[in-house]
Amino acid sequence: MELDELTARLIDRYQHGMPLCAEPYLEMANTLGCSEKELMACLQRLELAGALSRVGPVFDHSRAGASTLAALAVPAERLEQVAARISRYPEVNHNYAREHHYNLWFVLTGPNRRHLEQILEELEKDTGLVPLDLPMLTSYRIDLGFALGGHP
Amino acid sequence: MIAPLNHEQLLDLRQCLERGLPRVSRPYEDLAEQIGAHHLQVLKQMQQWQEQGLFRRVGLVLNHRALGYVANAMLVLDVPDALIDEVGQRLGRAPGITLCYQRPRRLPHWRYNLFCMVHGRERAAVQAQIQALLDQHLLADLPHHLLFSTRMFKQCGGRFAPPPSQVWAHG
Repeated sequence: MELDELTARLIDRYQHGMPLCAEPYLEMANTLGCSEKELMACLQRLELAGALSRVGPVFDHSRAGASTLAALAVPAERLEQVAARISRYPEVNHNYAREHHYNLWFVLTGPNRRHLEQILEELEKDTGLVPLDLPMLTSYRIDLGFALGGHP
Repeated sequence: MIAPLNHEQLLDLRQCLERGLPRVSRPYEDLAEQIGAHHLQVLKQMQQWQEQGLFRRVGLVLNHRALGYVANAMLVLDVPDALIDEVGQRLGRAPGITLCYQRPRRLPHWRYNLFCMVHGRERAAVQAQIQALLDQHLLADLPHHLLFSTRMFKQCGGRFAPPPSQVWAHG
């Protein structure tokens, strides 16, 4: 989608550090120099274009519960079916095909590690494919969202 | 004195937040109503969670694909254990890298222990950007691999809150 100037500023300013107060959208609008109504319209346009998944907190995986990155090497003719099977789990929040022998990559989140292991065991039993289980050990970067850079 | 939320309200609030803040002028009033609490209790809890580091960030959560960032590459490297922290910290600070994590090797199937995400508009530009980064940090000789995504099957926020039967909360 094409971004107008206000939307680009909104994105660059508020992927991180949204105010925690009774009227956060009004405060954001005041900072950006627009009305609350204009700000809401920006958010709605982004959402309708599929560019905004939500507004609010992104939980720290290690504190909010357990998470892991998992991968499967799926025969090409089964990729569609296995991917659909995986996406059905509410615990799966990212599920991508990637160019590699391990061609299906997904992130699992849940209340604890045991919960995730049970899902991986279930998947292995159902698909006959052995998942790679790659939980995060160390994070070397604070997640700040991503910069549009170069945008007007 | 603002009363803290009870156990059930805490779980309910977390579940609501995983779906995102309501887009109304006073979103915490809306949430408070949904969980049977006062909005000041909800706001106080949000501030507490923020201070405790439960949130990685609070703000707009975007789908970069829809914004034209369709080249999404996962760079994986096999870094000697003795160097992992140094290399991780350097790449974690590098412009253009959005995530940088150490993960375990799974030998003999998987040798790579450092994972970086890079998003861009074009595949060739992302490839060039990563090559420049590896050259600059003298890492080009380490075993590494670039895994571009070819399809997105699902992308949404994490669902950490346990089913109601499990007793578990972050107070």
